[in-house]
Amino acid sequence: MCLAMPALVVELCDNDEAVVDLDGVKKRISLALVEEVAVGDYVILHVGYALQKLDIEEAEATLALFRQLAAEQGG
Amino acid sequence: MKYIDDFRDGALARGLASAIAAEVQPGREYRLMEFCGGHTHAISRYGIADLLPPSIRLIHGPGCPVCVLPIGRIDQAIRLALDRGAILCTYADTLRVPASGKLTLQKAKAQGADVRMIYSTADALAIARAQPGREVVFLAIGFETTTPPTAVAVIQAAAEGLKNFSVLCNHVLTPAAMHAILNVAQGVRLDGFIGPAHVSTVIGSAPYEPFPRDYGKPVVIAGFEPLDVMRAIQMLIRQINEGRAEVENEFTRAVTRAGNRKAQVLVERVFELRDAFEWRGLGTVPHSALRLRDEYARFDAERKFAVSYVAVPDHKACECAAILRGEKRPEECKIFATACTPETPIGSCMVSSEGACAAHYSYGRFRSAA
Ligand code: SF4
Repeated sequence: MCLAMPALVVELCDNDEAVVDLDGVKKRISLALVEEVAVGDYVILHVGYALQKLDIEEAEATLALFRQLAAEQGG
Repeated sequence: MKYIDDFRDGALARGLASAIAAEVQPGREYRLMEFCGGHTHAISRYGIADLLPPSIRLIHGPGCPVCVLPIGRIDQAIRLALDRGAILCTYADTLRVPASGKLTLQKAKAQGADVRMIYSTADALAIARAQPGREVVFLAIGFETTTPPTAVAVIQAAAEGLKNFSVLCNHVLTPAAMHAILNVAQGVRLDGFIGPAHVSTVIGSAPYEPFPRDYGKPVVIAGFEPLDVMRAIQMLIRQINEGRAEVENEFTRAVTRAGNRKAQVLVERVFELRDAFEWRGLGTVPHSALRLRDEYARFDAERKFAVSYVAVPDHKACECAAILRGEKRPEECKIFATACTPETPIGSCMVSSEGACAAHYSYGRFRSAA
């Protein structure tokens, strides 16, 4: 139910809608709950609605931290 | 897929696991509740518990919306579909939840009820537009993640003047359930919470601030991927070791302190707090659920059709209630994996993949038997 996933916005449409790419599958979703979404953004998609924009800088920073933590363990 | 697979990397997971193992203090037990069903699912699916030292005990919480819905709520939906001839629209997860009289929405459908599985609230509106002569009821369930899409649908129905659309509202609130868990008399001992991912994208991290302040329990909001959950566990262990209790956010790529204001404003416009709501497992919890405001009463199926809620006890062998309070584990239920399986669920925790029993049945059963 609460499962949601990041999806890449590939096209903006009328009626506050957009087309996203979900692992190669194109899907029309609503942008009624988010602001200032542009093509190329990742959004978190849940039951047909974008819930939040993904902050790419934060995502990369989190991944870098994971790599560093793993490296410290000699992994 | 970008930003999914990255957070599932096995080598990084092993690195994080050894980092956690290095920080665990000998002789100390860490009892952490993952509130959210999505985390329960991720923990089981990726075998996260196996990667952790045995002194870290992960306790499933009540954050699976299908699981916490009591039987009487599904009964209301079935009555609307069977007795009132409404087209009942619902997300897939509720179709197989056992209701009274050995019924489910799926079985009601086989008996002639018009039950439609939808993917989005927009689908329910489309059905209402296409069938102006029929009543269309959307069975709305879910935490703060799923509430904003319902609000959008109600506002749109009002704007279009749709007269045959209404919502059977069962939206529930995460912080209220966390308070209830901590207030259960002789409840489980908890050292901290793994805070929900997508609920928090909407409500932000601020609503968790009472838990460290008033109960001394740390909360770390975690994303849904396995590395996120492991990192959140590490952050909790550090807080516990250092005697700190704070709200921390691991899921910074999607969660801010304030959350999604636009979504909050829409929810606020359409819904108000119920005085009380009955949860499976937690009993009747004050101010823990939403209903439509008077202004939108014509879209409230409970008022429109006068279908009142009637409480119904769970199946007597089912331990869902204790599992949802974190007091029991699925394998402690006598009928787990025998009479109760995902194909023939007896209780709600076996229905949704986020339910503790279903997650344990699919991924964890053989491991704990070994
Ligand atoms: S195994 Fe089935 S009957 Fe037992 S607690 Fe889980 S859902 Fe309920």
